[in-house]
Amino acid sequence: MDALTLTQVTKKFGRTQVIDGIDLAVAPGEFCVFVGPSGCGKSTLLRMIAGLEDVTSGQIAIGGRQVTDLPPARREIAMVFQSYALYPHLSVRDNMGLALRQAGTPKAEVLASTDRAADMLSLTALLDRRPADLSGGQRQRVAIGRAIVRRPKLFLFDEPLSNLDAALRVATRIEIARLHRELGATMIYVTHDQVEAMTLAHKIVVLRAGRVEQVGAPMDLYNDPDNRFVAGFIGSPAMNFLDAGALGLRSDSLGVRPEHLAISAQGGTIPGRVSHLERLGGETLSYVQTEAHGLLTVRQFGEHDHAVDGPVWLTPDLERAFHFNAEGQRMRA
Amino acid sequence: MSVARRSMARSIAAHAVLIAYVLIALFPVFVIVINSVKSRRAIFADPLALPTAETFDLVGYHTVLRQGDFLLYFQNSMIVTVASLALVLLFGAMAAFALSEYRFWGNSLMGLYLALGIMIPIRLGTVVILQMMVAGGLVNTLTALVLVYTAQGLPLAVFILSEFMRGVSDDLKNAGRIDGLSEYAIFFRLVLPLVRPAMATVAVFTMIPIWNDLWFPLILAPSEATKTITLGSQVFIGQFVTNWNAVLAALSLAILPVLVMYLIFSRQLIRGITAGAVK
Ligand SMILES: Nc1ncnc2c1ncn2[C@@H]1O[C@H](COP(=O)(O)OP(=O)(O)OP(=O)(O)O)[C@@H](O)[C@H]1O
Ligand SMILES: [Mg+2]
Repeated sequence: MDALTLTQVTKKFGRTQVIDGIDLAVAPGEFCVFVGPSGCGKSTLLRMIAGLEDVTSGQIAIGGRQVTDLPPARREIAMVFQSYALYPHLSVRDNMGLALRQAGTPKAEVLASTDRAADMLSLTALLDRRPADLSGGQRQRVAIGRAIVRRPKLFLFDEPLSNLDAALRVATRIEIARLHRELGATMIYVTHDQVEAMTLAHKIVVLRAGRVEQVGAPMDLYNDPDNRFVAGFIGSPAMNFLDAGALGLRSDSLGVRPEHLAISAQGGTIPGRVSHLERLGGETLSYVQTEAHGLLTVRQFGEHDHAVDGPVWLTPDLERAFHFNAEGQRMRA
Repeated sequence: MSVARRSMARSIAAHAVLIAYVLIALFPVFVIVINSVKSRRAIFADPLALPTAETFDLVGYHTVLRQGDFLLYFQNSMIVTVASLALVLLFGAMAAFALSEYRFWGNSLMGLYLALGIMIPIRLGTVVILQMMVAGGLVNTLTALVLVYTAQGLPLAVFILSEFMRGVSDDLKNAGRIDGLSEYAIFFRLVLPLVRPAMATVAVFTMIPIWNDLWFPLILAPSEATKTITLGSQVFIGQFVTNWNAVLAALSLAILPVLVMYLIFSRQLIRGITAGAVK
């Protein structure tokens, strides 16, 4: 039985179709990430699963139970918001315990649950503070703790790390991955951060304009994208798209990852000029302006040097390139 | 350094303007209070002079307090103001919450309709209101005044509060919904505490016109038992002779409760005014 099933779910705000017929099944214990460009409907879909937004048509089931018409509190879910959304007038302990108390759980049990969750997130020392007296990272941990205390069937995260600085983001990401392993719970996670999606997910759902473009494990999407949108969206720096006609191929465009473009000062297939160089130590990114294909990105591992404005030749690794037709669909050999 | 000096000059200028304004605003109050403790002759001889040992006279206060009903008038004003204020705040906040929180057909039209009352003075409807009160048997009751003042205060309350409530984080309300709070609990326990400064602002702006009103008490509730303090003070203003000592004393006394209520709300009020500016 699936932890979450969406059947032909749609959502309209007035006349605009925001979610356009989504089918999805998430297995128990799975970590499922929704990614997509801004405004594609990720948050809206998550809020529909939470029951904060009603569906225009379609069905939602959580743990095999139809919840389409149930209010949020009865869906056995917990949600972590980007803005933390802690109750400002309650202590950390009361923030975490509110849902259980609201459900009429005995006091001792609430206390035990909050203590356990606080322990998992090293929040024990902060239990008596107000949210205003916490740092951003601590607030987000309290918000996660509040979700854990309820022991929900489904965890929902809406860009929980976007308000944190880079170092804290990595630490909290690792924390969430650890929690997922320890709790073995099903989690749905919305982000537009590549790295979060690739590192956390068992399953990535790529959305565009309210439709599912592709569903799959991170490496499946990376190595075997169904279409040009997914190919360009997954992977950083983004895939290069070459004009296949100019290369004498019969597809419309040729997708080549930056690491699969060879760069040489001596000779190759595509002539160009280095317009900018980024040397990061572990890798070197060269941005090469070409006549036929526009600006291409080349990624080399290790330290390399190319004269800016100097002439270079690029050679795509055709074995590992992807062919797309004019509609942007993948042409598999 | 020149920047520091310029801002210094600017702050002196700003303070000068503000102090001048305070003096102008307080001057009438000051004149009322000093004359209320002077003898009748001294009031007319030199209205701006401070009371001296000779001219000091509490006859006005004696008259007012001896006039037994004065405490009753006071109590009537208090009841009407507090009850109207409570109703305006409660219903205004609830309407504002509905307008800002729920999407329903005619939402913005309803908001516009409720805000329209800010521009149309309720006194234009006096005749109809009087007819309604007569039909309802509410003439010469405090209930009539409370009803009218509640209607009078609601438009501004709804307008100001719905603006503030739109600013309350949606995520917070949604977190409450997921945690199983009812819509009432979200309203009373999450939203109201966060808009407290706005509530105080509305309270002050609602309270003062009600306390000072003479029109509706005169028309709807002029009976001895339901007179408010502003109306009660009128007994000292005769067609031919006016007991100025008593009038001034009554006015001075009437300032007190508003002052107390204002002080209670003002801490919150200042936070409300600066809330928009800071951030
Ligand atoms: N209450 C609403 N009324 C009308 N349109 C809305 C409403 N809420 C969202 N939308 C529209 O629905 C679309 C999807 O919004 P949503 O917030 O789900 O995007 P998102 O994928 O989460 O984007 P982001 O990455 O920026 O958070 C947007 O085009 C947005 O303008
Ligand atoms: Mg979003």
